Amino acid sequence: MKFKAAVVVTLKESVLDPQGVTIKEALHHMRYNQIESVRLGKFVEISLDASSAENAEKLVHETCRKLLVNQVIETYKLQALSPVSQKEA
Amino acid sequence: MRFGVVVFPGSNCDYDCYFAIKQWVSSSVEFIWHKSTRLNTYDCIVLPGGFSYGDYLRTGAIARFSPVMDNVIKYAENGGLVIGICNGFQILLESGLLPGAMLRNTSLRFVCKYITLRTVTTRTPFTASLKKGEVLSVPIAHNEGNYYIDEKGLEELQKNSQIVFQYCDADGAVSDSSNPNGSLLNIAGICSKRGNILGMMPHPERCCDPLLGSIDGLKIFQSITESFKKMQTA
Amino acid sequence: MEKIVITPQIVEEHGLTPEEYGHILTILNREPTITELGVFSVMWSEHCSYKNSRFWLKKFPTTGPAVMVKAGDENAGIIDIGDGLAVSFKIESHNHPSAVEPFQGAATGIGGIIRDIFTMGARPVALMNSLRFGKLNEPNVKRLFDGVVRGIAHYGNCIGIPTVGGEVYFDPTYQGNPLVNVFCLGILKHEDITLGRAEGVGNSVYYLGATTGRDGIHGATFASVELTEESEERKSSVQVGDPFMEKLLLEACLELLQTDAVVGIQDMGAAGLTCSTCETASRGNSGIKIELDYVPQRETHMTPYEILLSESQERMLVIVKKGKEQEVEDIFEKWDLHASKIGEVTDDGIMRVFFKGEQVVEIPAKAIAEDAPLYQRSYKEPAYYKKLKALDLDAVKEPNDYNTVLQKLLADPTIADKHWVYEQYDHMVITNTAVLPGKADAAVIRLKETDKLLSMTTDCNGRYCYLDPYIGGMIAVAEAARNIVCTGAVPLGITDCLNFGNPMKEEIFWQFKNCVLGISDACKSFGIPVTGGNVSFYNENPDGAVDPTPVIGMVGLIQNSDYVTTAGFKQIGDEIFLIGPIQSNIGGSEYLSIIHSIKGGALPEFDVELEKRVQSCCLELIRQRSIKSAHDCSEGGLVVAVAESCILGSGQKLKLGVSIVLENISGRIDGILFGERQSRIVVSAAPKMADALIKAGKKHNVPVTRLGVVTQETISWTVNGKKVIDQPVKESAQNWKGEIERMLS
Repeated sequence: MKFKAAVVVTLKESVLDPQGVTIKEALHHMRYNQIESVRLGKFVEISLDASSAENAEKLVHETCRKLLVNQVIETYKLQALSPVSQKEA
Repeated sequence: MRFGVVVFPGSNCDYDCYFAIKQWVSSSVEFIWHKSTRLNTYDCIVLPGGFSYGDYLRTGAIARFSPVMDNVIKYAENGGLVIGICNGFQILLESGLLPGAMLRNTSLRFVCKYITLRTVTTRTPFTASLKKGEVLSVPIAHNEGNYYIDEKGLEELQKNSQIVFQYCDADGAVSDSSNPNGSLLNIAGICSKRGNILGMMPHPERCCDPLLGSIDGLKIFQSITESFKKMQTA
Repeated sequence: MEKIVITPQIVEEHGLTPEEYGHILTILNREPTITELGVFSVMWSEHCSYKNSRFWLKKFPTTGPAVMVKAGDENAGIIDIGDGLAVSFKIESHNHPSAVEPFQGAATGIGGIIRDIFTMGARPVALMNSLRFGKLNEPNVKRLFDGVVRGIAHYGNCIGIPTVGGEVYFDPTYQGNPLVNVFCLGILKHEDITLGRAEGVGNSVYYLGATTGRDGIHGATFASVELTEESEERKSSVQVGDPFMEKLLLEACLELLQTDAVVGIQDMGAAGLTCSTCETASRGNSGIKIELDYVPQRETHMTPYEILLSESQERMLVIVKKGKEQEVEDIFEKWDLHASKIGEVTDDGIMRVFFKGEQVVEIPAKAIAEDAPLYQRSYKEPAYYKKLKALDLDAVKEPNDYNTVLQKLLADPTIADKHWVYEQYDHMVITNTAVLPGKADAAVIRLKETDKLLSMTTDCNGRYCYLDPYIGGMIAVAEAARNIVCTGAVPLGITDCLNFGNPMKEEIFWQFKNCVLGISDACKSFGIPVTGGNVSFYNENPDGAVDPTPVIGMVGLIQNSDYVTTAGFKQIGDEIFLIGPIQSNIGGSEYLSIIHSIKGGALPEFDVELEKRVQSCCLELIRQRSIKSAHDCSEGGLVVAVAESCILGSGQKLKLGVSIVLENISGRIDGILFGERQSRIVVSAAPKMADALIKAGKKHNVPVTRLGVVTQETISWTVNGKKVIDQPVKESAQNWKGEIERMLS
């Protein structure tokens, strides 16, 4: 079965995000004072083949831990995982 | 002739431009703080290299919203001379003064070295004193110098002869092996339709002094002053 | 907040001995609070107090006619270079952070060393780095190497300070424990010297820069857990650097120093707010009072312990004259920086810290900063020392094919060209780089608006120091000086970064002591002062300690651009000479390690007096403009040095080769070709200069040998009538220039 997974990788909450801070400041300079905080991350879309949704999820987590995410400073969320029909794939 | 070098937070070639112009071009030159809004006393505006706002989000993306930029846009639209070098070029792209965008170098690495440039057109004030096809030895130093534009845009550029510099080998031949960053058609610098705005990735201000190895960059600054003189007398 | 009772276990977890704790009780005349214990623990750590090393570091010569600020007095030393100008430079290690997270570890190392320089009032104008990794064919080494180089590039390029030089070694000893030593040099006018002092009762203490988070709090593991009852997850010890913030700090601080509003500036580096407050107070013979509620915080519910011990990056402490606050705040505002007044200077000599109206720290500032324990660690000669020294090198078989040996050595990542590294660094920004990286034995930058130039290098061969720490330490200084001299400069001073294993092990401490004595004696002999540095202990991996690696950063002065000399040959027909002795054994050489897989043997004879004469001779020839190139013999010996001069002198089209003929050579041929005896410089000169070279040799009482002549296309060596090397320059260049990239791809 084909699946599509969406993973969002961000810096851990305790890790300083200089990009997010700078973007927030710039928005304040542009008078968007309502903006309280900005955190920048990466969005990773993965297409994969797996025997079940459970296995697909396992595989995605594994790739995240092994490669996609630097667990020393980053964390991730598996935002969506859904089967794809053959036609779409 | 009066040059103004814009200083954004994170600019780091601002002083290099200032020094090169003062020392070797013998023109008057001043810094323009990014919060400043008065540009009408300058004859040429330089947007220098560096990492404005840390290059966070995208290169040049935040600097484009600095207070000074609204006036740079007006100044350029009125035909004023604007040269954007490296990060300055990226800011010109983000602000829409020049077409296209920058991608990361295909090597995915920062690259700093001397390269050779082919002068494609001498129709701009920045290249008027050069010879067509002249090869210049100038350093590059960037992470995002891989110029991209869609097919239609590229046709426009070519039709209006807006491609000013291309990366080439020492003999002036433009080839894949002389492309340091994956840039489309080896593009290293482009100008606006009117030719009054130049954006280039290589750093002419780094090679104006014989002690530093090459003085080919000086030729670009001298072209600006000579063109300006002609415009004044015309 | 609940009061925590200090148990012996808590004391131990803070890295303090029972005796040290007893000393704290005497100083305070009561039990410390947990926050105070944290303060003592970081201030009395080896990193801040040098408690295990200080006794020996005092052996270094630290004074000289040009020394304006001495080692140890401030963040970095300062040396006068004439014309009303001075230089400030320092080297520091970031080994452990880089092992955990190479990109951020290296990046924050760069950030820290830059702050050390601009807090002195100097504008940082050059960076170098001295890196050591395991064997490059290991996947983990590739990851570390790539990450460290990217981290340095990220920070240095963004802040706009050129990385002009450095060195990279690959050796199994550094497997799992890379060494990342970073060097920064700044230039200042004499009148701009700024000290890290808190003086003048009532003056304001400002906190400037990034917000404070929980990063970098090592201390004891219990601390965060018990105090905040938060999970492990929150105790991130990896700091993330923000070069953009630091660029703003740098510009704002240098602008501040042009006003007369500032009394002192100090970086919040190791031990953060704690160290910066008590050190500035101690140096200023003052007290200091701060309120933690005013410290800008990035995370919620931070305890005083955490705020004081945080090592968040890009933060400065600025002491501002009373009444001048507005002037200073205007400058911060101009640079969009957040500043916060957190306290003031007092006259009672006490560091007082308040949190939510409660006093959480009350310690005499001098007691923490200056009364740190001082130990004389015991030491013992390691068993390997005599054994390896006595190794029978005669038993090593001489190879049949020297061509292959040369190519293997040129492609050895330690010897191979490092353009893959330095092209990722912006090495030209600030437009002072008069000699591009790799072109000469040391980096050369010009000083704008003067005729002068500066030359700088980092050097150390860990293998030599392992085999003979005392001689290895001397050689590190001698080689650095030789590199400086080869560019046409006179050495001004050194900064050292001493990387060793666990000092509690007697054999490690023996290495440390002997290296320090070697460096110290060499410096005294050369008359070069030590202006500061850093000690990094506990560099160990599961197989043991790294080779002792006392990296020397040296800076020299070139009087004018006519003297600038590079390593590449210049012209066909020029003659090639060796200044210094030609005989060498192969002990401790890269050749012995790479080709024969042997780490051992007695090092070739080293005589510091001969070294000095060789350097004087070379410098005189440069100043007479008698020679066109100068390149010192180091790893790979004479043949590699000559091959490098050929490759460096070659252009895209014309390849410069050599024809070298040696007669009446006795002893091992491989020793002559690849031995690494010190005190040797390969130079080239126009044929008509030959007499001048021979005369200079006689005058300085050093051997000067004509080796051969610059040709084209081929590297050719004939020894005792037999052609031993015959190689196209092109192939040698490909091996030398391409190997690192090949191994990484």
